[in-house]
Amino acid sequence: MFLPTPGTAGDMTTVDRIADPWGSRTPYGPGQRWPTRVDTYLADGLTEDDVDRWVQSATILHSNGDGLDIAVKDGRMVGVRGRAVDRVNHGRLDPKDLFGWQANHSEDRLTAPLIRRDGKLVETDWDTAMDAVAGRTKELLDERGPSSVGFYTTGQLFLEEYYTLALIGHGGIGTNHMDGNTRLCTATAAAALKQSFGCDGQPGSYTDIDHADVIALYGHNMAETQTVTWTRILDRLAGPNPPAVICVDPRWTPVARAATVHLAPRPGTNVVLMNGLLHEILRRGWIDEKYIEDHTVGFDELRSRLADYPLEKAAEICDVPIEDLREAARLLGTAERLLSTVLQGFYQSHQATAAAVQVNNIHLVRGMLGRPGCGVLQMNGQPTAQNTRECGADGDLPAFRNWANESHVEDLARVWNIDPMRIPHYTAPTHLMQMMRYVEDGSIRFLYVSGTNPAVSLPELRRVREILTQDRLFLGVQDIFLSETAQLADVVLPAATWGEKTGTFTNTDRTVHLSEKAVEPPGQARPDLDIFVDYARRLDLRDKDGEPLVKWSTPEDAFEAWKECTAGRPCDYTGITYEKLRGGSGIQWPCNADAPDGTERLYENGKFWAAPDYCENYGRDMVTGAPVEPTEYRALNPFGKAIIKAGEYLPPHETVSDEYPYLLTTGRTLYHFHTRTKTGRAPQLQRAAPEVWVEMSASDAERHGWSEGDLLRIDTPRGHVTARLRISGIRTGVLFLPFHYGYWDTPAGHEPALEGRAANELTFTDWDPASKQPLFKSGAARVERVAVADDGPSAAPTTTASAPVSGSVPATSGGPDAEITETLDGGGPR
Amino acid sequence: MNKVSLAIRELHRSENDLATELLRTADRHKVDHEIFHVARDIAGWSQQHVRELARVGHDYDLDLDDEPQGVHEVLAEVRRKGSEMLGRRHAPSVLLLRDLRTVHRMAAGVSLDWEILAQTAQALSDRELLALSERCHPQTLRQLRWANAKLKEIAAQTVVTD
Repeated sequence: MFLPTPGTAGDMTTVDRIADPWGSRTPYGPGQRWPTRVDTYLADGLTEDDVDRWVQSATILHSNGDGLDIAVKDGRMVGVRGRAVDRVNHGRLDPKDLFGWQANHSEDRLTAPLIRRDGKLVETDWDTAMDAVAGRTKELLDERGPSSVGFYTTGQLFLEEYYTLALIGHGGIGTNHMDGNTRLCTATAAAALKQSFGCDGQPGSYTDIDHADVIALYGHNMAETQTVTWTRILDRLAGPNPPAVICVDPRWTPVARAATVHLAPRPGTNVVLMNGLLHEILRRGWIDEKYIEDHTVGFDELRSRLADYPLEKAAEICDVPIEDLREAARLLGTAERLLSTVLQGFYQSHQATAAAVQVNNIHLVRGMLGRPGCGVLQMNGQPTAQNTRECGADGDLPAFRNWANESHVEDLARVWNIDPMRIPHYTAPTHLMQMMRYVEDGSIRFLYVSGTNPAVSLPELRRVREILTQDRLFLGVQDIFLSETAQLADVVLPAATWGEKTGTFTNTDRTVHLSEKAVEPPGQARPDLDIFVDYARRLDLRDKDGEPLVKWSTPEDAFEAWKECTAGRPCDYTGITYEKLRGGSGIQWPCNADAPDGTERLYENGKFWAAPDYCENYGRDMVTGAPVEPTEYRALNPFGKAIIKAGEYLPPHETVSDEYPYLLTTGRTLYHFHTRTKTGRAPQLQRAAPEVWVEMSASDAERHGWSEGDLLRIDTPRGHVTARLRISGIRTGVLFLPFHYGYWDTPAGHEPALEGRAANELTFTDWDPASKQPLFKSGAARVERVAVADDGPSAAPTTTASAPVSGSVPATSGGPDAEITETLDGGGPR
Repeated sequence: MNKVSLAIRELHRSENDLATELLRTADRHKVDHEIFHVARDIAGWSQQHVRELARVGHDYDLDLDDEPQGVHEVLAEVRRKGSEMLGRRHAPSVLLLRDLRTVHRMAAGVSLDWEILAQTAQALSDRELLALSERCHPQTLRQLRWANAKLKEIAAQTVVTD
């Protein structure tokens, strides 16, 4: 049943996976199984025979959730190998995972707690550090109450840790101020799902790629952000009856190059683009009227709203050729199995939620959900972002409970054995940007940051630094390196990371993986779970019977407690155990007695989790952000159908002017993750993209008379950055800067010395009112040349969206130590 | 002047006032970024209503200004600077509660004015006037809900902490 692949069964090839990030093709056709290809990287010329043991885990440097095994020799990690049996990756690995694990061994790992004495961070012992953190918490609770305490966590810890933190914050301390940096990457995914389906939960599955005849990627440079899943699409494109691909992106990304239709709209106009496409789909009658009638509410409002958005208007406002729009609409409208994916190009742009919701609407009006190949993937950015959302560590209550539904809060209080009044639910949990505002105005005086680096990743960094360095703020930072943020802390807690602790996490398509401890953490570093449990004990948090509130201390006990919390909720984990996750593939929730092997797709037969008594959220006004009142929702959607919400276009809040004539967009590159804390310490990855660059189109560069490698200064009213020019295939009038480059590996440490290099020096503080996700792809800038190139081209990778379109630029390659082994074995698990 | 003209003129005035109040609120709380941006966005709705009312007003022999009255740019800048200067203090959040309360009260008034106009339009079978009301009034209700929702969101932090 399998197609012939380029290699025969068991064939091993060696590939430089810096030069070729996606590796060898294993073509396959619609409905067939994606062939297996096992990627292995072992350091120092070791072979599999040298490895003492392989320890099961999954990937932690993006949201794809690829199963892998960690090679251990003499108590140290020495490499990784993709898990052939895993449903997500069938053995493949992303270059970040092939090489990123080396960061665990960095000399500059934090190995002892630090405390600020006389203005300087000095080493201390755990007792002193934890007493300082818990002591300041208690003081503030006594003096100013729980509203003075905030928690900012990440998308990179494990499920067990988030759930414990959520219990401590919401149930123990009783603060409403808890969010994750998932706010920056995935808040709009969650918001769009809640708006359309009444509940978070990814409708589709990666396996939809195996069946789709049209795949649309909206603001989603999958080739760089989820490379393994992009490989799956590349393998479909190389096989018989390949799908058509639609790409919406202002950059000439690898996705754009592979696309049947590439739409490069003017930044800030996504809602108009989507409305134009929907207008055409409706006009041509490419809709499933029965599905709309049986399974949705709100269609009439959509139809009347779309009257204002004919394709001609969309073409004009978005500045996209109308023929391309028409062709995209035709593909979307005539697809038999449509798969859509959405990411930061929508989520971090103006009107994020309204645009992402229109993608859901295309599927709803076409009745294309819950069947093979018919799926929506509202993507996540970070590896464990899904768990931050599920566990209640990011602005929701645990297990998708509705903060505005009294009975959900009572049920949570029952699980936690506390009085419901202890769980703040008078308003939505405070989102990150509002927490920063409360820190700024001094009403939050204690901020506990775990596993994230706001001093580089938040917009308008000068403001962020000013906020975080206030004397009246106690800043606790729990991390594995002395990040830019950690350098500002009052106490730094050294944490163990992936491979040094056990826990579970869940990827974008609801696949739960177990990640086992492979090696000991360095020095005195401790798992985040241990630190949170220690914190709870020192605060002496109790339930209503006087027993300790946090009743577990091991990951597996925490997982069992979490299962109880999820029983009967959409993200039902009750059918999963650590034992069940060992040895085989990851499992997709919901997994319970009814679905013991997990659930591949949600919303089969048009059944949603949107009933007023059950739904996670009643939705929000997408312009004002005002929550829909419970009574209003009940009247709108008494039977729990999917909700079609129309979006109206508003002009962006900052746009070009004579003074600032360029639109500025920021983003990422394939070789780095977030603020480079790990990937910057993996030599192969760091060499592939060693320093910041700025992208500009060939016509803009020509107009200025500038060349590849020239040093430019980019200015906005917030600050400036200097970067070398890469002339790329980006849309004319738009500049792009990667956001990964902060200051930890520069002399100044946490801030610019003279010249800024963090893209977020430039971004402005604004967020989507519905999802509260900050906008990183918005704003205007001016640019000038500081110096003519004197030593060759910029250091931007040539393999990715930053590929040069002019000049002679040597191709990015990794050399001998970037060569990995690919084993093709024609489809079956090994 | 007949009573329909009076109702249109009154609404034209109250929408202008609401737009101005929203813009002033935005400026006074520039450091509260969501307030700043959303208040300006939805002030745009009221300004659009002003234009449409001026247009419809012609049918009723009214000569209403179709340009929304706006805010004085120098004063606006003063308000924004003031907001930034006080940005490190918690006390001004009480002023935000007060401003939201004002917006809510004014939007409630505008909403009632639209009710009056819609009822009148139906009685007179004036389809254009009715259509105008059906187009604009929902946005007024969204402004009203926004003020209510923001107030609920920040009230506890404002009142409980100092």
